[in-house]
Amino acid sequence: MESSLSKFGWALLTIFIVLNYGLVMRASMQKIRARVSRRVGVRFYQFYIDLIKAYSIRTHLNHGVMYYLGPVFRLTGGLGMLMFIPVIYGSMYFQNYSSSGDLILVLYFFFFGTLGMALGAGEGGNPNAAIGVSRGLSQMSVSELPLIISVVSVAAQFQTLSITEIVAAQQGGFMNWVLFSNPLAFATGFLALLASFAVGPFGIIIAPQEIPIGPPTEYGGSSMGVLMTNRSIFPVAKLILYTNLFLGGATSWIELFVKTFLFFFLFSFVGMVFPRFRTEQSVDWFLKVPLVLGVITLIVTSILY
Amino acid sequence: MPKEKLEKRVVLSPDGEEIHIDPLKDYYSQELPQVEKLSSIKVVEKFMNWARANSLNVVAYGTGCGGIELRPLFSPRYDAMRFGVSMRPTARQSNVIIVSGYCAVKTLKRIIRVYEQMPSPKYVIALGSCTINGGMYYDSYNTINRLDQYIPVDTYVTGCMPRPEALLAGFAQLKERIKAGEAEGANEYAEKFEWYKANQKKIIKDWDMPDYSW
Repeated sequence: MESSLSKFGWALLTIFIVLNYGLVMRASMQKIRARVSRRVGVRFYQFYIDLIKAYSIRTHLNHGVMYYLGPVFRLTGGLGMLMFIPVIYGSMYFQNYSSSGDLILVLYFFFFGTLGMALGAGEGGNPNAAIGVSRGLSQMSVSELPLIISVVSVAAQFQTLSITEIVAAQQGGFMNWVLFSNPLAFATGFLALLASFAVGPFGIIIAPQEIPIGPPTEYGGSSMGVLMTNRSIFPVAKLILYTNLFLGGATSWIELFVKTFLFFFLFSFVGMVFPRFRTEQSVDWFLKVPLVLGVITLIVTSILY
Repeated sequence: MPKEKLEKRVVLSPDGEEIHIDPLKDYYSQELPQVEKLSSIKVVEKFMNWARANSLNVVAYGTGCGGIELRPLFSPRYDAMRFGVSMRPTARQSNVIIVSGYCAVKTLKRIIRVYEQMPSPKYVIALGSCTINGGMYYDSYNTINRLDQYIPVDTYVTGCMPRPEALLAGFAQLKERIKAGEAEGANEYAEKFEWYKANQKKIIKDWDMPDYSW
């Protein structure tokens, strides 16, 4: 009883640290983006204020049960994913609820939030939300393929579905990281995750000027606050998964921050440099480049390991 | 919504009775706005007002010629984002509307709808002389002269056209008002709802929307 209680406490602490890190990291990415266009940019604590403001909005609108559940599902996806990933390798406190076979469970949570949000946005009744959802789901269904291929090839390389064992197999020097031992898998996974972050080329889902912000168009006030909370947790959870899979995990929070920041910076870099795809162009691209790369990865992995 | 869709439609009930359905009442909520209570703890309300003042999300809607002055605000030269001002594309996620310049009757209808759809507490900045006394359009058949007859205004920025610096000063003034707890325009609108609605309906002849657009 006591051990499960303390486990819960450590899990809450993980969420707290990740939320704060996510808020500060997103603001610093905004600042980097602003510096590229020679602006000063937002304050580093701007997203904290935005979050407090969102929760202190007085009007609460409701369009129905699914509309209400959309952000809840989204947050469940982010939190669930975070909870089943071993965050710090070797730490007895930050393993959270990970166990053998957690890789499959985490992948389920990966897509859970998007689908819940699609249902919620649909009930809002705003046509722009429906357009955003259709764009998002079509882009997601093609970016999922290379993502799963890259994860499966990493699992095949180490013959395990446990993230902890994958991290353990990569210990002992950076040449053991999947980034160097199986660079094709890393490249596939990296390209596939670009869509999930909706950066530059793949940002047509939430194109603010065209379809006012897409799926969350109808959400305001505290439901927007829930979405904003998730927007700080979910990306970090995804990056922790990627750090574990490709960069040999992290043995301390500092190491984790450095590695995830590197990932996040690379994604922002792509977003700042490349222009936006139309939906059919991005679908084509995912089927042509990452998917082909993924098939090659599978063949190479099956020959080598 | 097209006008013909606003006509009453007839539905036959199972026992043969004809029911006339008014689409305005069918599609939209008929609730009227209520005065929202402030937090009973003063410190909490003050803290929330501080957060509201430092996170101003402007709905991206240029109503008149002043809309052209909003874009430079987010360019490197003026960079309003460092003051916590940003643009939101949808009314649901914004708390400031800038009525920028002359306000035609056709536009007023849209301004009212956007203003009512924004979640409370919400603030209005009136930009340019036209919103104060009509400006150079004071005798036009098609524009309104005083904006505060139709929606509650928090801050005026005078000039024709005011430069972006003036608008930044307007934002600073609005922030002070919010922090002091004086910017309760949404509650004022709910309190004097009938007066505002009567004024609006006097100007807008083809009123084809619910009394309050939630």
